Amino acid sequence: MSNINQSGWRPEMTPERRANDATFTGNRALMLEEPLIFEIGSTETTGVEVAEPAKAASRLGSLTRTAPIGLPGLSEPEAVRHYTRLSRQNYAIDLGLFPLGSCTMKHNPRLNEKMARLPGFADVHPLQPVDTVQGALGVINELAVWLIELTGMHGVAMTPKAGAHGELCGILCIKAALEAKGEGHRKVILVPESAHGTNPATAAFAGYAVEDIPATAEGRVDVEALKARLGPDVAGVMITNPNTCGLFEREMKTISDAVHAAGGFVYCDGANFNAIVGRVRPGDLGIDAMHINLHKTFSTPHGGGGPGSGPVVLSKALSPYGPLPFTERHADGHITLVEEETVGDRHPHSFGRMCAFNGQMGMFTRALTYILSHGADGLRQVAEDSVLNANYILRSLEDTLDAPFAASGPCMHEAIFSDDGLPEGFSTIDIAKGLIDEGYHPMTMYFPLVVHGAMLVEPTETESKAALDQFIGALRSVAERAKAGDESLRSAPHFAPRRRLDETLAARKPVLVWKDPELAQAAE
Amino acid sequence: MRYLPLTQPDREAMLATIGAKTIDDLFVDVPAIAQLDGPIRNLPMHASELAVERHMTRLAKKNLAAGEAPFFLGCGAYRHHVPASVDHLIQRGEFLTAYTPYQPEIAQGTLQMLFEFQTQVARLLGTDVANASMYDGSTACWEAIGMARRITKRGKAILSGGLHPHYVSVARTMAKYTGDHLETSLPSLSADTDIDSLIAAIDDDTSCVVVQYPDILGRIADLRPLADAAHAKKALLIAVVTEPVALGALKSPGEMDADIVVGEGQSIGVGLQFGGPYVGLMGCKDKYIRQMPGRFCGETVDAEGKRGFVLTLSTREQHIRREKATSNICTNSGLCALAFSIHMTLLGEAGLRALAATNHAGAVAAAERLAKVPGVELVNDSFFNEFTLKLSKEARPIVRTLADNGILAGVSLGRLYPDVADLANGLVVAVTETTTTEDVETLASALQEALA
Repeated sequence: MSNINQSGWRPEMTPERRANDATFTGNRALMLEEPLIFEIGSTETTGVEVAEPAKAASRLGSLTRTAPIGLPGLSEPEAVRHYTRLSRQNYAIDLGLFPLGSCTMKHNPRLNEKMARLPGFADVHPLQPVDTVQGALGVINELAVWLIELTGMHGVAMTPKAGAHGELCGILCIKAALEAKGEGHRKVILVPESAHGTNPATAAFAGYAVEDIPATAEGRVDVEALKARLGPDVAGVMITNPNTCGLFEREMKTISDAVHAAGGFVYCDGANFNAIVGRVRPGDLGIDAMHINLHKTFSTPHGGGGPGSGPVVLSKALSPYGPLPFTERHADGHITLVEEETVGDRHPHSFGRMCAFNGQMGMFTRALTYILSHGADGLRQVAEDSVLNANYILRSLEDTLDAPFAASGPCMHEAIFSDDGLPEGFSTIDIAKGLIDEGYHPMTMYFPLVVHGAMLVEPTETESKAALDQFIGALRSVAERAKAGDESLRSAPHFAPRRRLDETLAARKPVLVWKDPELAQAAE
Repeated sequence: MRYLPLTQPDREAMLATIGAKTIDDLFVDVPAIAQLDGPIRNLPMHASELAVERHMTRLAKKNLAAGEAPFFLGCGAYRHHVPASVDHLIQRGEFLTAYTPYQPEIAQGTLQMLFEFQTQVARLLGTDVANASMYDGSTACWEAIGMARRITKRGKAILSGGLHPHYVSVARTMAKYTGDHLETSLPSLSADTDIDSLIAAIDDDTSCVVVQYPDILGRIADLRPLADAAHAKKALLIAVVTEPVALGALKSPGEMDADIVVGEGQSIGVGLQFGGPYVGLMGCKDKYIRQMPGRFCGETVDAEGKRGFVLTLSTREQHIRREKATSNICTNSGLCALAFSIHMTLLGEAGLRALAATNHAGAVAAAERLAKVPGVELVNDSFFNEFTLKLSKEARPIVRTLADNGILAGVSLGRLYPDVADLANGLVVAVTETTTTEDVETLASALQEALA
C-alpha cells in the first residue's frame, strides 16, 4: 500500500507492474473489452425471427438487390451482452454527479420514460386523422400552455428538434417580422463573445452578418458598447441569460428596451433557463424569442447526444411568423392541428415548416410528465436549489481555484473557474482528466471563450449536499495536485477504460467506418 | 419533492457557507420588476407519481394506437416490430443519461456504438461514409442540399415531385434564407416517376437533383441514368430514403452512384411516436466528407496504443468555426441512432433481407387484393411495401370515415397536398410485417362499402 497516497490516487503503473497485471483476455474484472460487431457478428446470424414471406411475384422492377450489404448480425444473447458491455464504458448521470456547465445534466425521472412508452403516445402515427390523436395533441397543447406561462410569453413554436434548431426558428421569426415591416435590409445580428457557438452559426445561416459584443470585466454584456452599436442595420441581438459565465444579465430589460427602440428584436438563448424557471419570466424582460432545451430544464434524457427538443417561446410581435404545424384548442375542447391542409388563410405570415411531422413528441410527453410532477411550486424550488448548489461550489472552491467573477455577485446555476494560478505546463484539461480518475465526468472545459482555461461547473438541483461535498473534495484535491506540479496529472486519466486518445491522428487520417482488415489490405 | 434531495437543514447550512441569509440573496441580480414573489399563479402545484400517471394515461387513452387497429399508414413513418431487447438496452442509464461524448475516455460505449452505426448506415445506403445521425430525414435532406451548394458552388436544386411534401416544405423554408433556388413539382397519379423530366431539367447552374427512393407514392425508379445525367453537368445526385427496410431488398442508391444519400431511420428500432424523435441518416462519397454537417465518430488510439474512438473532424462544426460552420447543428439523435443500431445488429443482413422480403410479399398480396375492390385502382407498377390506390371518390373523407370505424386506412394525398384536385383521390397504403391478412380483408371490405 506504500504507493497509494492520501487522496487515494495511485501513481502510473510501471511496465513491470502492467506485465504482472496482464490477463489472458485483456479484461480487468468488471472492466471488459468489447470488439466491434463487425468482428464478432456474421451476416448469416440473426437475432430475430421473421415470418416466411408469402409467395408473390416481385414488384421491385429491375432493382432487386444482388450485392451483399455487409451487415453483421448477433443472436439476442450476444447482442444484449455486446451493448451492455459497451454501456459500461460510459459515464452517465445515473452513475454520479455530471457537472457539465451549460448542459444541465440533472436526474432523468423514470416516470417520464414510462409515460412516453404508453401505446397511446408511442404507437401513434403522425398522419393519423386528428380525431384519433386528440390525446397526443392534448399533450402538445398542455405543454405549450405551461411553457408560455413559465416564460410570460405570447406564443410557442413546438416543432424545433433541438436547441440549435430552436435558435434558427427564433431568428427566422425575427427575419420574417422585419421583412413584413419592410425592414429586410437589417443585416447584422449582435452576439456577445461569450455566446454558444450555435448562436453565430445560426445567425450566419439565416444570412446575417455576425458582430461580437464585448463583455465587461465582471462577466456581463457591455451594455454601453451594445447600445453604441445599435442602428438601422441591426436586426437584433442574441443574448444568453443567465449567461455562460453563470451570471444573470442585470441590464437585460435595459438592453431589450434599447434594441426595441432601435427597431431590432431580442433573441434569448434559453440554454440556462433552469436557473430561473418559476422565479423569473423572460417575457418580463422584453425578450422576443427564446428556445427552451427540454433536455436541459425539463429533464428529458440526453441519450449520449440527442435527441433534443427546442420549443421556442415568442412575443406577441413574433408569434404570427411562427412555423407550421401547431395545435389549436377550441372552446369545446377539441384540438386541431394547423398544418398545410388546414391552415387556409388564418396564419398567412408563417415562415414555413422546420421539419416533417409534429416535432419531438416523445420528448413532449417526458417534459410534460416532469412539469406536472414538479408543479409551479416544485419548478421554483428547482431553480432555487440549482442556484444554491452552484453557489455552494463557487464559495467552497474560490480559495483553491481562480474564480474570475467571484466578486461579480452570486452566480446562477453554474460556477466558473479559470486556469489562472496553475503552474507552467498545467492546464484545465489536466484538472478535467484528473477528475475522471476520481470518478467524475469533468466540467465544461475552455468554454466560454472569454475566460482563460474556463472550467464551467453546473451541479444541478438533483445533487445532495453529501454528493456536492465529495465532489468539492475531489476537485480541491486535483487542483492542489496540479498546483504542486504533480506530473502524473498530465497523463491522466489512468483508471478509465481508455487513456488520453489521439485526436490529431483521428482528424488527420479519418477512419469513419470499419473496413475488414484483410479486404483493406488487399485493396492497397 | 421527490427529485430534489436537499433538505431544509442542508439548505440552511449551505446558505451559511455561502454567506447568504436567504435564497433571495442569490437572486439579487434579477431586477425587481422581473422577480416573481411565489409560484406562478393559475398553474397546478406538484403532484405524486400516481397522480401524474393517471393524468398522462387519460390523455394516452384518447388516442387510437396503431396496434389497436388495422393500420396502413406510411409516407415517411412506418410501423415495424421492434424486438423487446432494443427498448430495454437503450434504457440502460449509461446510454440514456450520458451526454455527447466530449470526454472520450469515459464515453467509449457511445463512441463505439456510433462508429458501428456509421458503418451500418454507410453499408446500407451504399455510401463510403456516414455521419453520426441528424435530427430526422427531412432536416437531413435540407442539409444535403446545402452541402451540394457548398461543393458545387451553384444554387439551383431540382426536387423530384416524388419527394415527401414535408421534406419539400422544409427545403423551401430554408432556401428562402440561403438564397437557393428550388425547382419543385407535384407528383402525378401514374405509374411513371419523373426521372425523365428531372434529367431534362439539369443544367450548368444545377447544384443537385433530389429524388426519393422509393418515392412518396411508393414507386421505384432506377437512379443510375439520373446520376449519370447529373454528373455529366457536374451536379450531384441526392437520394432520399424514407423507408430503410426497403434497402434490404433493393439496390442501394450508392450502388447507382448517388453522391449523397439521406434517410429517415425511424423504421428500424424507433417507434412511430407521433412523428418524433426520429433519426436522420446521412452518407456520402469519401471526397465530400469535409462538407458534411453534423458529427463524426472516428477511430484512433489511446496513449497506450489501444484502439479507441473520438468525435472528429470538428473543425467543420459550430463550436469551433462559429459563424463559418457547415451547419448550426449541435446535436445528433444519439439514442435513436442507438436503437437503430441495436435493431440492425439483431437483424443482421440475413434478418434484414428476410424482413424486407416479408414486407414486399405482404404488400404485393395486399395491393392485388385491394385492387379487386370495385372503385379501386392500383397506381404503381413497382413498389416495395407501400403503394398508391386511386379511389373512385375523394380519399380524405373516406380515411376519416374508416378511422371512425377503427380502421387506420392509410394516408390520403389530400392530407399531404391540399387543394390539388388531381391527387385528391389518391390513398397511400403501407403494409409491413405487422399487417395481417385479416387487416387487409377488413380494409378491403370497408373500402368496398365506402366506395359503393
